[in-house]
Amino acid sequence: MTPTKKTAFLTPKEMIGFAILAALIFVVLPLALDTFRLNLFGKYLTYAFVAVGLVLCWGAGGILSLGQGVFFGLGGYCMAMFLKLEASTPENTAIQSTPGIPDFMDWNQITALPWWWEPFHSFGLTLIAIIAVPVVFAFIIAFAMFRRRVGGVYFAIITQAIAAILTILIIGQQGFTGGVNGITDLRTLHGWDIRTDEAKNILYFVNGILLFAVLFAAHYVRKSKLGRLLIAMRDQEDRVRFSGYDVASFKIFVFCLGAAFSAIGGAMFTLQVGFMSPTLVGIVPSIEMVIFCAVGGRLSIIGAVYGTLLVNFAKTTFSESFPEVWLLGLGALFIAVVMAFPRGLAGIWADWVEPRLSSLFSRKTGDDSTAAPKTPAE
Amino acid sequence: MVQNNPNFVLMVEDLTVSFDGFKAVNDLSFYVEPNECRVIIGPNGAGKTTVLDLICGRTKATGGSVNFKGQELLNMREDQIVHAGVGRKFQTPSVYEDLTVFENLELSYPKGHNVFGALFFRRDDTVKDRIQEIAEMIFLEELLQEKAAFLSHGQKQWLEIGMLLIQDPELLMLDEPVAGMSVAERKKTAELLNRIIADRSVIVIEHDMGFVADIATRVTVLHQGKVLSEGSMERVQNDPKVIEVYLGH
Repeated sequence: MTPTKKTAFLTPKEMIGFAILAALIFVVLPLALDTFRLNLFGKYLTYAFVAVGLVLCWGAGGILSLGQGVFFGLGGYCMAMFLKLEASTPENTAIQSTPGIPDFMDWNQITALPWWWEPFHSFGLTLIAIIAVPVVFAFIIAFAMFRRRVGGVYFAIITQAIAAILTILIIGQQGFTGGVNGITDLRTLHGWDIRTDEAKNILYFVNGILLFAVLFAAHYVRKSKLGRLLIAMRDQEDRVRFSGYDVASFKIFVFCLGAAFSAIGGAMFTLQVGFMSPTLVGIVPSIEMVIFCAVGGRLSIIGAVYGTLLVNFAKTTFSESFPEVWLLGLGALFIAVVMAFPRGLAGIWADWVEPRLSSLFSRKTGDDSTAAPKTPAE
Repeated sequence: MVQNNPNFVLMVEDLTVSFDGFKAVNDLSFYVEPNECRVIIGPNGAGKTTVLDLICGRTKATGGSVNFKGQELLNMREDQIVHAGVGRKFQTPSVYEDLTVFENLELSYPKGHNVFGALFFRRDDTVKDRIQEIAEMIFLEELLQEKAAFLSHGQKQWLEIGMLLIQDPELLMLDEPVAGMSVAERKKTAELLNRIIADRSVIVIEHDMGFVADIATRVTVLHQGKVLSEGSMERVQNDPKVIEVYLGH
């Protein structure tokens, strides 16, 4: 046994995992689906950004957030505000009593653009805001909670409350936020119509590339010492603290990182779906995102993507046929996964599929030394 | 008299903590010299573990002072106290079960302790050599790639001691390091402790009197949050007050 294990960024096994996912997202789905269905999968994949963030926060770090919709929503709203301003040119809105402001403001008797909408005229500032606004918000929450050593269930409940508060705020401030309808009727990005089939296809691929960037970033964190510290903190927080680490700062970091991932997903959601509304911010979507992560396997970043795709595909399929029982089914799925398969799809893969695959593989090619040692004995 | 003697590594003075009026530690004072191995004994509930908790910042004191090499520890955060040079081992073995022995030791290596330091930490040869060296010391060199969850109870205790050693603290605090060990493990641990206490100050809480006699420079007997007796093992063992409350039964 060699104690000095190689620490390459990707082991061959991980490389295969990423390659299969890339093939699915960039080749199989685009070839197999029409633009409408592809756009639908693009929408699902925006939730995967959140699920990947949850793998780091919850799976590795043990920080369960039931309010990730907040960050998804903030990122999405920032993008939507930019697109809405671009769509609300004085020419397009000539029939309003105040031309040049978003339509919902006009309906609410607002006559001037609020000051905090102004930065969203600039695409550069918008891109910064998409990341910065959710991250700063996450930082404030995390700083207040983790410095006071609030954790576990209490933290989960507080994040859920924040999701509820933000939803109520957005709905209540209809004149500034578009209210319950959200920000709709988004048309162009720098004059490029995002509603055409061609634009939807391109945005799908942009989304896929961004998702892979996030996956690699998450993978890097998992592989770094910080990743191992997260696991250590989850199991023995005091030991980490008395090894000289400021535990709170690590929790704040990973929570902010998860928020940044979610925000990118939210912005891509707005671009691909063409609107942003409070239904994507509140408690239900936030909990759904945790379920995506749990089904995929909360320790596996690739598993989180498959979990998201699978649950959403099932949701679309079943909710078309059985709209009333779908929510119950989702709840049952969550309980079943947590009780029977705590490591989700990734666990099923590692325990059942992989050993069979690798025994098949090694029989064919002789001895494959890279795949064999990690497989659990049957 | 001894109050400001710079020769002491640790000066605990009038240390008091009160939990809802109950004074678990009451006006406690004691002093630890460099390279001394101080053993704290006493009946259950005497406040032994609480004293260690107060020194390392896990419990906030109600009053008094803990001075370590001229720094007041009572105002510092736990991780700052560690960086000042105080290491603490818990009573139940606290190791990271989901990580390997190597990774357990690596996380305790005194480098990359802030967020970005940890994010860009490199496992270079200095780190690997040091981990190897410590692993040999704690009898785990064959098990570096094993998950800590699969270690025996005694091996976990050694691993945690190793995690402290790699920090190289000037003051090492051990809470019942041989509790729950087999006789053979106990012997090996005594040997290990005798080796590691050589160049640092150590505070040990222990019940096993044979073990105490083996390692102690001086013994402090606590009773109801106060010092009942202090001195060499021999003196303490013959102190009638100690025999009455602790050793007698």
